[in-house]
Amino acid sequence: MSASDPQSGIENFGALPSLPRDEGGPVFAEPWQAQAFALAVRLSGEGHFTWKEWAAALAEELKAAADRGEPDNGSRYYEHWLATLERLVTAKSLTNTAELAERKEAWADAYRHTPHGKPVVLSRGPSGL
Amino acid sequence: MQGHAHGQEHGHDHDHQVVPSDPALRTKALESLLVEKGLVDPKALDALVDAYENKIGPRNGARIVARAWVDPAYKKRLLADGGAAIAEMGYEGAQGEHMVVVENTPKVHNLVVCTLCSCYPWPVLGLPPVWYKSAPYRSRAVMEPRGVLREFGVEVSEDTEVRVWDSTAEIRYLVLPERPAGTEKLSEEELAALITRDSMIGVDKLTPGAKP
Repeated sequence: MSASDPQSGIENFGALPSLPRDEGGPVFAEPWQAQAFALAVRLSGEGHFTWKEWAAALAEELKAAADRGEPDNGSRYYEHWLATLERLVTAKSLTNTAELAERKEAWADAYRHTPHGKPVVLSRGPSGL
Repeated sequence: MQGHAHGQEHGHDHDHQVVPSDPALRTKALESLLVEKGLVDPKALDALVDAYENKIGPRNGARIVARAWVDPAYKKRLLADGGAAIAEMGYEGAQGEHMVVVENTPKVHNLVVCTLCSCYPWPVLGLPPVWYKSAPYRSRAVMEPRGVLREFGVEVSEDTEVRVWDSTAEIRYLVLPERPAGTEKLSEEELAALITRDSMIGVDKLTPGAKP
């Protein structure tokens, strides 16, 4: 389907098995999409929100994107999925936007400062394991 | 004579890792924070990703359809209570949603969509294809299902009723496609191999030679 290399973007996720394909292309285009998918399902499974709440929030997100005039051909679906996830976990006070922004910067920093070929870990905290 | 630059070392200095894309970093931020707080179990996340990538998929649905074709009693149970009949085969929903199975006949063609987002019968079909999640499919499937079907190469005669089923967080639909003519001698397993994912969404009609 896409001309882009299916391997691109997975260099740091070597633990993941190769991505499956069917006639519709890869199920997940990039590994983060699979992680975001799993996070939503598990958080709901753990009772942090119901699946009905999730579907309603995702529908809102998709509608907002359409209202902004974004082309919606399904390719940005997991971006909306991720935005929904961020919105729900902050609405449920599981974390907050400041914490998320700080953690994101910490990861970017870790990538910038980790020599090529070495696993990327956060300089502080246990989460890089 | 200088040839092409085969074997020449390229000059880029790979002294650090490529920083992942914005959504990849945001996902890592979310995951690491939530794992740290003990809100999700990283092993459960890995197991889920593995299951959806490798184990769950349209083959589950195909096995159900093939069973319904060869076993009239199973078909009856499947149409009466989709969830229970699907559970009989060992497939369970992750979100406790109701499963409704709708049967295609010469008089009725069923088409499944989720107009609001992308509710989809994951346990039997895996994850939805890209077009299922697209705005054009979500809106047009309801407004002009015959036009959508034509684009998928499915001609439905004028005297066949087209029924469109709009999925929700609570109810997911699976189409039971018509068994193609000339497949009377095939085994259940051979039949399952004929059944495509798209036929179980309602955008494909099966032919005896179809490849999944």
